[in-house]
Amino acid sequence: MVNIPEELKYADSHEWVALDDDIATIGISDHAQAELTDIVFVEVPELGATFQAGDQIAVVESVKAAGDIYAPVSGTVVEVNGDLESDPGLINTEPYEAGWIYKVRISDAAELENLMNAEAYQGHVG
Amino acid sequence: MPMDAELLRRSPLDSLHRELGARCLPFAGWEMPIQYAGIMEEHRAVREAVGIFDISHMGELVASGPEVLPWLDRVLSNRASALAVGEGQYSLLLNEEGGIIDDLIVYRLSEEEVLLVVNASMEAEDFRWLSLQATTGVRLENRSALYAGMAVQGPRASALYEKTTGCQLPSRLGARAEESGVVCRTGYTGEDGFEWFCPVGEGAAWFERFLDKGKSLGIQPCGLGARDSLRLEVCYPLNGSDLSLERTPLEAGLGWAVSWEKGHFIGRERLAEQKALGPPERLVALRMTGKSPPPRSGYEVFSGEVRVGTLTSGTLSPSLGVGIAMAYLPTLEAKVGRPFEIEIRGRRFPAEVVKKPFYHRES
Repeated sequence: MVNIPEELKYADSHEWVALDDDIATIGISDHAQAELTDIVFVEVPELGATFQAGDQIAVVESVKAAGDIYAPVSGTVVEVNGDLESDPGLINTEPYEAGWIYKVRISDAAELENLMNAEAYQGHVG
Repeated sequence: MPMDAELLRRSPLDSLHRELGARCLPFAGWEMPIQYAGIMEEHRAVREAVGIFDISHMGELVASGPEVLPWLDRVLSNRASALAVGEGQYSLLLNEEGGIIDDLIVYRLSEEEVLLVVNASMEAEDFRWLSLQATTGVRLENRSALYAGMAVQGPRASALYEKTTGCQLPSRLGARAEESGVVCRTGYTGEDGFEWFCPVGEGAAWFERFLDKGKSLGIQPCGLGARDSLRLEVCYPLNGSDLSLERTPLEAGLGWAVSWEKGHFIGRERLAEQKALGPPERLVALRMTGKSPPPRSGYEVFSGEVRVGTLTSGTLSPSLGVGIAMAYLPTLEAKVGRPFEIEIRGRRFPAEVVKKPFYHRES
């Protein structure tokens, strides 16, 4: 059973977004980590980098394949998850908690309207 | 090139794979299980216990007749005539330029009959090429559609075979035709194990039987993802990636599968020239020396600012926890310990040439 927390927003490219004021924490969904399986390397964005929604921002690699992560919202990277360097499998085991990838100060809150709620995302992944 | 899903061939075990929760993807014209529980877990099962792979996509050609062994000596690189009944041998199918059409295993099943197990993507081409070379006293049949195949690999594979059939495996590289199939003590993982070829209609029942009997031995159904990481750890080449028509056995480090004593064979002249001069490039093993993303096929290799090669295979080794790869590099630079850099998404990461294989069973 795929875990899709109610309180999060989702991009169709399978990133999740948790909002705290103007800071968005971003990771990949349980569905996405299950598709990738066995994550062995994560290339996180650089601190201070600015991205537009839809930009390729990080890479998550399994033994077999590399998966691009896209920015679900525009903004400036204010924190990255350093624990992923030593333990990239956190994305597999705790995709919504310890497996978060980066935090961004969002530059356009209106973009959040483009994201799906849990119910819509459930429909998206079938 | 994307392939229409309807054109993909399905394994006779396809329904069983789906029941077992496999993720299936296109592979060499087939839709095959890439993984079940995950590549790491499946890889570990094969290294530590036992795993079972569907290899029904592999091709099975049967050559028979009184002239079959001398004929094979002329059309393959290795010396088939050295095989006793019940023995198997790794060999290469070369073109006149010494380029590798395919790598395969020859099993001598009886006095005048051999089984050739060939790569899935090359089955039709191998059969076409061999048919062109056919001669009086040799009959060649493509029986690929008649066989299901499975590879049972790992330190407990031999015990599983005995438990399932009550018989012992043939000795290493050996093969035996049984009433219900052909068992060959070969594999593609660097572990002990066997490959079992049986009529397509009985394939799923055998796969389930091995799984059932293997429960107490820690068996894991495995997909082609783990097969790839396992074979790369022991530097077994993959045709289409590490081997191609543009490469000779000498460049690929497979000179041991070329028999010079047997006289003429297709491609010999070109290989003899290359042997005299030394191959310009060699397939080497590269190991990442620092923290890096996994190296993958197609990434470029640099010596200083000079691009010296391209990775033909690469992955993060599940057994060793480091990136491993193979690439053709200029012979003069292809020395153990020599440092290089591998470019991954615009950044360069250090690597060095290491002795093959990356992984030894005892380690």
